[in-house]
This record gives sequence, C-alpha cells and structure tokens, in this order.
Amino acid sequence: MIVDVLVLAALGAILGLDVVSFPQAQISRPLVSATLGGAFMGNAGVGLLCGVLLELFAHETLPFGASRYPEWGSSSPIAGAAAAAGAAVGSVPMSLLFAVPFGLLTASLGGWSMVQLRQLNARLARRRLDALARGSARTVAGLQVAGATADLSRAGLVAMLAAIVALPAVRWIAVQPAPMSVYAIPMLASLGGAVAAGAAWKMFHSTSGTRWFGLAGLAVGALLVSLMSRG
Amino acid sequence: MSGASEPTPPAAPPIAAPAFPFRTRAAIICRLFAVQASWNYEILIGNGIGFCVEPALRLLPGGAGSEEYRAALARQSQYFNAHPYLASFAVGALARAELEGQPPARIERFRTALCGPLGSVGDRLVWVGLLPACSFAGLLLFGVGATALTCVLVFLVMYNAGHVALRLWGLQMGWEKGLAVASALGHPILREGPVWLARAGTFLAGVAVPLAVMRLVDGGGLARVGLTLVTAAAGASALVLFHGRVEGWRLALLAGFAALVLFLFRHA
Repeated sequence: MIVDVLVLAALGAILGLDVVSFPQAQISRPLVSATLGGAFMGNAGVGLLCGVLLELFAHETLPFGASRYPEWGSSSPIAGAAAAAGAAVGSVPMSLLFAVPFGLLTASLGGWSMVQLRQLNARLARRRLDALARGSARTVAGLQVAGATADLSRAGLVAMLAAIVALPAVRWIAVQPAPMSVYAIPMLASLGGAVAAGAAWKMFHSTSGTRWFGLAGLAVGALLVSLMSRG
Repeated sequence: MSGASEPTPPAAPPIAAPAFPFRTRAAIICRLFAVQASWNYEILIGNGIGFCVEPALRLLPGGAGSEEYRAALARQSQYFNAHPYLASFAVGALARAELEGQPPARIERFRTALCGPLGSVGDRLVWVGLLPACSFAGLLLFGVGATALTCVLVFLVMYNAGHVALRLWGLQMGWEKGLAVASALGHPILREGPVWLARAGTFLAGVAVPLAVMRLVDGGGLARVGLTLVTAAAGASALVLFHGRVEGWRLALLAGFAALVLFLFRHA
C-alpha cells in the first residue's frame, strides 16, 4: 500500500506538471493518465473505462489562461488506479461509481491548488521585480525552476493525499454487496455523455457550418450504435 | 500652400537577418516547452518569454552579462500574455528584433500589441479546436473497441503532431518575419484552422459520444444502450438550456456520490 501510494504520487506529480508547467503534451488528460494509473495497478482496461468517463466530463473544462479549471493530471491517475484496485477485489461498477466522482472531486481540489501556486509564483516574482528589471539571467531562470518545482510538489501532494484516501476506500466499497450496482455504469455514462455533448455544443455552435457536421456525425454514430448493439 | 514637394528621403537599408545558430535555436525550442513554468497573476508568462529568448540574447555584442544583454533580458521578462504554444511566434520575433538592434521603445510597443492576438488565436485553434478534436477521436476509437494502448497512443500522436509542429513553425515564422510577424497571424492555418478543427470536432463528437456510451454500457442490447443515450441527450439539452448557469461536471460529482451512498445504504 505504501509503495503504491508513493509511486502513484510520483506519477501524479509528473502528470500534474504537464497541465501547465511542462511540457503540456496532454499526457495529463484523463484518457491517458487514468489509463496509466489503472495499468500501474494491473488493469489498464478498467483504468481506460475510468479515463473515458472522466474525459467526457473534461470537455466542459478547457484550460483557458487565467481561468480556474479542474486539474486532471494529478487526479485522473489516482481515479484510474482506484478503479483498477477496486476491480481487483470486487465489483467493477461500484469501483467506478466511487472512482469517477472521487476523480472529479480531486480534480477540483487540484484546480484550487493551482490557484494557490499561481499566487505563490506571483509573490516570488514580485519580490524579484528589481532583479528582473536589472536583467538578471539567474533570477529569470530561478523563477522558472522554482515555479516548476513548486508545481511538481503541488501535484505530487494532491496525488498522494488522494491515493491515501482512495485506495482503502475503494477496496472496501467494491466488496460491499450492492444489488443496484447494475445501474452504476449506465448512470455514469449518461452523465458523461450529457456533459460531453453539451460541452461540444458550447464549444462549436458559434462556428459556421458546425451544425451540419454535428448532425452528420450523430447520424453516423447512431447508425454504428444500432449495428454494433445488434451484433 | 507650398508648391514644391519635399524630396522623399531614401528608404532605410533593410537590416540583414542576424545568424540564428542551431544550438541557440535548439535551446529556445527546449525552453519553449516550459514557457509557463512560472505562470502567475502578476506578469503572466512574461518571465517565461524572457527565459525562452535568453539563449538568443547571448549573441548580442558583448555576449551574456553585457549591458545590451541585461537591458534586453529586462525588457523581455516583463508582463506578457499569449497562448503557450503561440508564444513561439513572439519568442522568434522578439529574439530577432533584439539581435537586429531595434529601438527599445519599438520592441516594447510590439510586445504590447502582440499579447491579445496570440492569446485569442491560440485559444480558438488549440483549446477549442485541436484538443477536443483529438480527444473525441480517442473516444471514437474506444467506442469501436480499440485497446487501451491504441486509444492513448492515437490521441497523443495526433495531438502532439499538431502541438509540436505549431511551436516549431511559430518560432520559425517569428524569426523570419521579426517585427512584421503580425502578417503571419493571417496565415490560413491560423485563420481557417479553428473553423475546420471545430467542424471536425463537431463531427467526431457526434460519432464518438454515442459509441463511447455504448461501449461503457457494454451489453444489455439496443434497449439499454438507447435508454442511456436518450437520458444523455436529455441531460445535454438541459445543460445547453442552462448554459453559463450550471456546470455539468459539478452536478455529476454530486450525483455520483449521492448514487454511491444510495447504493450502499439500500443494501444496509
């Protein structure tokens, strides 16, 4: 358990750093990071299920500049790992029913911690404005390194706290007999589908012609669903 | 009214492009990936721009530590705002302007003018274009039954092909155009790219969301999948109706935990 928490904290730190500081390659997206968390716990497939659900929600929260948004990099690997850890001992639906909202909650906490980090960076920069005005290369590089280090620590701390709570909780929840758990995944899928579809409309509706592309996509999607569901 | 027209002064000789050695270019490219490392509410990515331009400033007369170098670095580390990927346009242009010895006041005016366009174009091209389109492509692959590795790799390769190309192209364009880099912002990729990425994203969303929901529900036949999709469509309509007043992911968080408690409590 301790090793799991430490490794997941390190994974969360690296993926959390990707969100803003370095390198912004979107390895922090839930689709990737929850799958990695699941793979670490031995079940990439369940990690992917959790990642897909979180990814559907993530479309609503785009990382625009100074806006406050959930931070998926440190939260999603823990959610994916929790889903996989629960699936290893009990029910997949109940594991996901815990892991997905827990991932959303942790992402929200991560978003708050990013605001604190930006305020810390501002304080550090304010104290060094004189050195910056003198053109000190050491100060410029120092602020970058300090910011990245603080971000790495922030994400690692969020991930570690989340893993400490999530792993024992999901192992308990997954083994509880819950006859209604059959509704868990359809409910999460409905919520995720609703949020992603609503977000797609919000993002794209103001661009000319997108309505027809959306309708064409829906027609293809509906056709594929009807064919594959029968199959 | 004077009848004689004044003679046109001779045009200023064009400033020759300074050399841009490979090592300097490579150092700037590496630093561009960390341009936001000290992002803050005070100077935004200003310090990051200074950090990225700094390798080029070492080429100034007198080298690192000289009076020119320090003055230029001080100018480049002030407040700046841009999309992180499109900041490469600014970095290339500002590095060239400094090495050409452009007047400081002109460089500062140019920096100020560049902030807005680089932010808004980047947001539309990347955050509302490339990222959702690649994400929906990954979800589409999941929906048709692709493995975890395929979904993840295709998403990452698609996204980062665009992401890295944009950073490299931006640096090159910035360096080539210098203070005239604003003309590059009218390039078809930046002008039409967001529109076509939005159209691709909408099409992919239309295909991917139903397929992803279907695979998540995994079995139960058309009726169960259909019921889940109809519920999702109703939820999406409600979110569109309450656009700006309700955040779906927050509602989902509450609904998820409420269902968890209910499912556990109903058994107990």
